[in-house]
Amino acid sequence: MSNHENAAMISHHTHSDKLGAKMGMWLFLFTEVLLFGGMFLAYAVYRYKYSNDFHLAAMELNTTIGTINTIILLTSSLTMALSIAFIQRSEKLFSILFLSSTILLALIFLINKYFEWSAKIEHGIFPRSQELLDRPNGQILFFGLYYVMTGLHALHVIIGIIILSFMLIFLIRNKITSENYIKLENSGLYWHLVDLIWIFLFPLFYLIQ
Amino acid sequence: MEKHNHQIGIMTYIIVWLSLLAFTSITVTIAGISLGKYTLFIALLIAAIKSGLVINIFMHIKFDEPIFKAFLALSGATLVVIFVLTFFDIIYR
Repeated sequence: MSNHENAAMISHHTHSDKLGAKMGMWLFLFTEVLLFGGMFLAYAVYRYKYSNDFHLAAMELNTTIGTINTIILLTSSLTMALSIAFIQRSEKLFSILFLSSTILLALIFLINKYFEWSAKIEHGIFPRSQELLDRPNGQILFFGLYYVMTGLHALHVIIGIIILSFMLIFLIRNKITSENYIKLENSGLYWHLVDLIWIFLFPLFYLIQ
Repeated sequence: MEKHNHQIGIMTYIIVWLSLLAFTSITVTIAGISLGKYTLFIALLIAAIKSGLVINIFMHIKFDEPIFKAFLALSGATLVVIFVLTFFDIIYR
């Protein structure tokens, strides 16, 4: 019995399938791309149909806050990549430091999002509000897509914060080491995807003039 | 086992980050100038360049197994097909 357990432990140690783990993560990321892809398709079709309304409605979005959030997410992608780079080099302390920075930047992103959305809601612009229903169809669609797409993206940021917090605990408890950091790498891939989606959301919603 | 585990230099990451910030300021500046129908095209082109940097360097796809590139090409091609077919329907309806 104990022999059997030993054998199981050894095979468990030598059998960590990094390629398989990463492949699974990439396949998951493609389902995410298709999820957001469908929404970008809806956006593209309605922007084509109601381009004037989209332009008018987009003028009301706060470009400054959008730009700040872009810079925050790009920087968080850098700190994420650095966290992995330092665990590869067995610099645990730096890895912890940069992973914590990533989580902190993600939180700042959400705080900005909160202020941005509350300002919109205070102006009476939210789904099914009277102010919005009195406007032309194209503007209703624009703000509908704005809330759904940036909302789904914000949900991904929240999930990212939860995942990265677990990784931080694993890192502190030496469950993630310079020998075995595939968990951190896969979480990083997820985080970069969140950044990638924002790279497209930003010009499509905040930069229409 | 660790042999083909390509490590990217810290400086490379910082340079990529600086280029991403530079492209962001370019796209914000260009959005302020009226370029008519080219505005959207340029904004999407810059977004594509930025995502290329993130995918290749931050996500390591450039140094990873070719199978991941094939996955990526497949999902990109799927999106293109969906967009093209939908727009054929919308434009020629």
